[in-house]
Amino acid sequence: MANLAKLALSEEEELMYTGQLAAILDHARDIMALDTADLSPTAHPLELRNVFRRDVETPSLDRDEVMSQAPAAEEGRFMVPRILGEAP
Amino acid sequence: MTPSTVGLGAAEIAKLVRSKQISAQEVAEEHLALVRLQDPVLNSFLQITDDAAIASAKAVDAKVAKGEDPGELAGVPVALKDNLVTRGFATTCASQILKGWRPPYTATVVEKITRAGGVVLGKTNLDEFAMGSSTENSSFGPTRNPYDLNRVPGGSSGGSAAAVAARFAPLALGSDTGGSIRQPAALCGIVGVKPTYGMVSRYGLIAFASSLDQIGPFARSVKDAALMLQVIAGHDPRDSTSLESGVPDLLSDIDGGVEGLRIGIIEELIDGVAPMVGSAIAEAANSLSAQGAKVEYVSVPAVRYGLSAYYLIAPAEASSNLARYDGVRYGLRVAGQDMNETYISSRTKGFGPEVKRRIMLGTFALSSGYYDAYYGKAQKVRTMIINSFQKAYERFDVLLSPTAPTTAFELGAKAADPLSMYLSDVCTIPTNLAGHPAMSVPYGLGENEMPIGVQILAPALGEVNMLRVARAVEKGSPLIRRKLFWE
Amino acid sequence: MAKPMPSEAANEFIPGWEMVIGLEVHCELKTRTKLFCGCTNSFGHEPNTNICPVCLGLPGSLPVINESAVELAVRIGLSLNCKVDESIFHRKNYFYPDMPKDYQVSQYERAINENGYLELPLSKKMVRIERAHIEEDTGKSTHVGGGGGRIHGADHSLVDYNRAGIPLVEIVSAPDLRSADEAREYVSELRAILVASGASDGKMEEGSLRVDANVSVRRLGSEEFGTRCEIKNLNSLRSLVRAIEYEAQRQVELINSGERVIQQTRHWNEDQGVTTAMRSKEEAYDYRYFPEPDLVPLSPSDEWIAEIQGRIGLLPAARRERMASLFASVSAGSTLDQIVTAVGLGLDDLVVAAVECGADPKLALARATNEVASDIGNLSNLTVANFSDLLMMEFESKLSATQAKTVLSKMLESGSGPQEVAKSLGFEALDASILEGLVDQVISGSPKEWERFSMGEDQLSGFFIGQVMKLSKGRADGKAVTSILRSKRA
Ligand SMILES: [Mg+2]
Ligand SMILES: [Zn+2]
Repeated sequence: MANLAKLALSEEEELMYTGQLAAILDHARDIMALDTADLSPTAHPLELRNVFRRDVETPSLDRDEVMSQAPAAEEGRFMVPRILGEAP
Repeated sequence: MTPSTVGLGAAEIAKLVRSKQISAQEVAEEHLALVRLQDPVLNSFLQITDDAAIASAKAVDAKVAKGEDPGELAGVPVALKDNLVTRGFATTCASQILKGWRPPYTATVVEKITRAGGVVLGKTNLDEFAMGSSTENSSFGPTRNPYDLNRVPGGSSGGSAAAVAARFAPLALGSDTGGSIRQPAALCGIVGVKPTYGMVSRYGLIAFASSLDQIGPFARSVKDAALMLQVIAGHDPRDSTSLESGVPDLLSDIDGGVEGLRIGIIEELIDGVAPMVGSAIAEAANSLSAQGAKVEYVSVPAVRYGLSAYYLIAPAEASSNLARYDGVRYGLRVAGQDMNETYISSRTKGFGPEVKRRIMLGTFALSSGYYDAYYGKAQKVRTMIINSFQKAYERFDVLLSPTAPTTAFELGAKAADPLSMYLSDVCTIPTNLAGHPAMSVPYGLGENEMPIGVQILAPALGEVNMLRVARAVEKGSPLIRRKLFWE
Repeated sequence: MAKPMPSEAANEFIPGWEMVIGLEVHCELKTRTKLFCGCTNSFGHEPNTNICPVCLGLPGSLPVINESAVELAVRIGLSLNCKVDESIFHRKNYFYPDMPKDYQVSQYERAINENGYLELPLSKKMVRIERAHIEEDTGKSTHVGGGGGRIHGADHSLVDYNRAGIPLVEIVSAPDLRSADEAREYVSELRAILVASGASDGKMEEGSLRVDANVSVRRLGSEEFGTRCEIKNLNSLRSLVRAIEYEAQRQVELINSGERVIQQTRHWNEDQGVTTAMRSKEEAYDYRYFPEPDLVPLSPSDEWIAEIQGRIGLLPAARRERMASLFASVSAGSTLDQIVTAVGLGLDDLVVAAVECGADPKLALARATNEVASDIGNLSNLTVANFSDLLMMEFESKLSATQAKTVLSKMLESGSGPQEVAKSLGFEALDASILEGLVDQVISGSPKEWERFSMGEDQLSGFFIGQVMKLSKGRADGKAVTSILRSKRA
């Protein structure tokens, strides 16, 4: 999990989290027992459909303002350390 | 000397400013002076934006001088939870990972407040990324309860709640994903509203759990809360989940009384609460009966499962929402040998323990092989909860429950046991899952002489009835208030 | 002595083996703005100048779907005979620096277009389309300090998010293709459909069409699928064919040498002509798809779908029929090939218009699919009037075929009319009397040859034409010379 989430845990933390997550999942056992076969999942509380915007340009941000917040930048681009593989 | 405006309500201040009896600048200065003096102890603000506040107060005064309408919130000081983005002003979510970040844009609600003449005093403390129920999870130190500095103000919008309770501002904004407005409002003895999902634009609210998050007001009176909600509600084309239906007039009917309204007390949420909290709900119910409402107990069985469903759904969405804090475009970067190492070191250093806990829980709930058993199941339970509420609302106009099972607990009391902390949201969570509105109204003092909150729940877009009932509860509530820490 | 091999199907690449190919084509939609924000959808701007809180994934920002992107996606679906239905967006979670939110918003469980098909124009084969879904594009990384801008060995990378959030439709075929040629035919027909429907400009070279190929091999006659590899980074038809052929060959060799094909994603290296492993299934990513809570479902109404249908232009199949109707008969062979090419390149409107102006259909088709096709980037320099005028000049022998080709190339380059170009090249047809004079001159210079020609040795006409050409410095028209020779012999 920690690797998927890009987090590093010390052994101590791992132990603590494992215990706590187990307790939380244990609490969630009450819903595991429920019969939900006839229910469809709710991903969202709203019944909205087809919310669109018109295909009209709006101003973009000022690049200097954006880049001023970047941890590292070069030639108007965000600089990152070497990437070890292609995108999945 | 002019009498101080500190302690006045929002509507009163706006009236004084509009009628030139006091300038917005004086109002701002008086409130800022109090904040400067007393907040170092309370730690409700992460940032005080004095200069900008004075500038916008002056702009309001200029409008008044020219005879223009400065808006419903003319000169009213407002505090903003620091998960609302403000262009040019640091927005941190109380996290090291966003420390120093200056967003290049401003949240819709903040624009609306400014347009209505509100004067933003600064950004308030919260549990990191709004994850928590005590504001102890802030990476900039906890906020304290203004009635007892050894106790928590609740959370996650604890900074906003404490600031309003402490008279630092008559109004504040918070966000409520599982109770983060209502629970701190209850613990601080003020009013807090979570509107219907979609009523207030989320554009510019830093997401915790997108399908549950909703922005809402804190105030010291039901009417002020309604006034603020009226200002921030309404369709926003920048938020796809913003409702198109117009916002009803929330204020004109607010004193309409509860004669003939059907009010149900949720049995499942009375079980196991602190004794004085339970009796406060019973008293509030009696008062509503006396004012002509038809009050009965009602079972809403599925609300029992709210907590379990919530602690799968909210972390799942959060694990994805918080992926973007990766040290590439903004915020903290702890450089590693390569990109992957940089991701890991930045996020490990930047996020606090509760945030990591929820990211891992959510990552697990979504991972292949566990999705159906956890996330998928929780979504079905969500349907069950909605259906359960729907059934109750066939017989009742609004529902009643405690806002929190206990009054404010001591700092550190629940810090070691996340599950016990999560349980303090047990009464508020079900409404978020349903997308319904709910609010907390103070009702006297309970255990340890700390405030108690009554929760009023309504079906989607049932704000008008909800506020009417809230106003009736407020009218019937005992007029006792404990002294603030600085009084 | 070994028996001769049984005759194999023309597209079989290694005797006894068959390729199984499915393609995923990413197509950039021709909208004005990005999928979820109002930043411009156009190229060639300074890095990070077309970005906003939404496409930069800034905290607090929210997406709103571009209506035009949905319309163009529906056009694609309808053009590929798909069922257009209610759909939702999911988040595909993975960390990568060119992804502003570290998740991609895409359609996963329910795509807007499902279960369609595409008919290959030459073989008439039906290729099933599993889905054509909407998703957002990523930003672009430039790798610095390595060899040739490659990611491998680079020192650091620079990210530009101008492309992040550009609307894409990903068209996923069933594994119905059986050769690299079929794959090429599929992609070029698909491209023609995308262009004709108005959804995309179909420019592979510019990256507005990107192809990933799923390739496996199996013994001929086998019903089972082999283990497949996905090849990424195919940005021309040529790479597509080369990569598929290389990969299939590699897989057969692996199997023949007793090894197993490992399911993996492979990268096509254009320079070396090989595919290399990116990562294997074992380390496959867990994308943790879940419904995107910031968006609501898409549910195009029947009326809207009908309206969109009405706005789709003539599709390639109909275009080919329209062109075929210009000819008395079209059987398989060069004319059909040319028609397919012309439609594939979007040159059919030009041909049809020229024929309407009186040009000869065969000549129009030939010039379009050869000279015009080879300089298609300059197509905008060629007006229908100029093109048909040129064809008339050639048809009436005012220009020789060679001259007409040269003139056409210059016309494409410069945008001038055929008369003007011909004149500047000195290609003006010779006056009949001058031409006759030249013929006489040649006859008197080669009496022996003339005698033999007069006796009926027709093949000598070539000799005389050549001589006249020489004298006229190539300005003479061969056909005209022949007719003068014939008349003099009589
Ligand atoms: Mg894709
Ligand atoms: Zn944008």
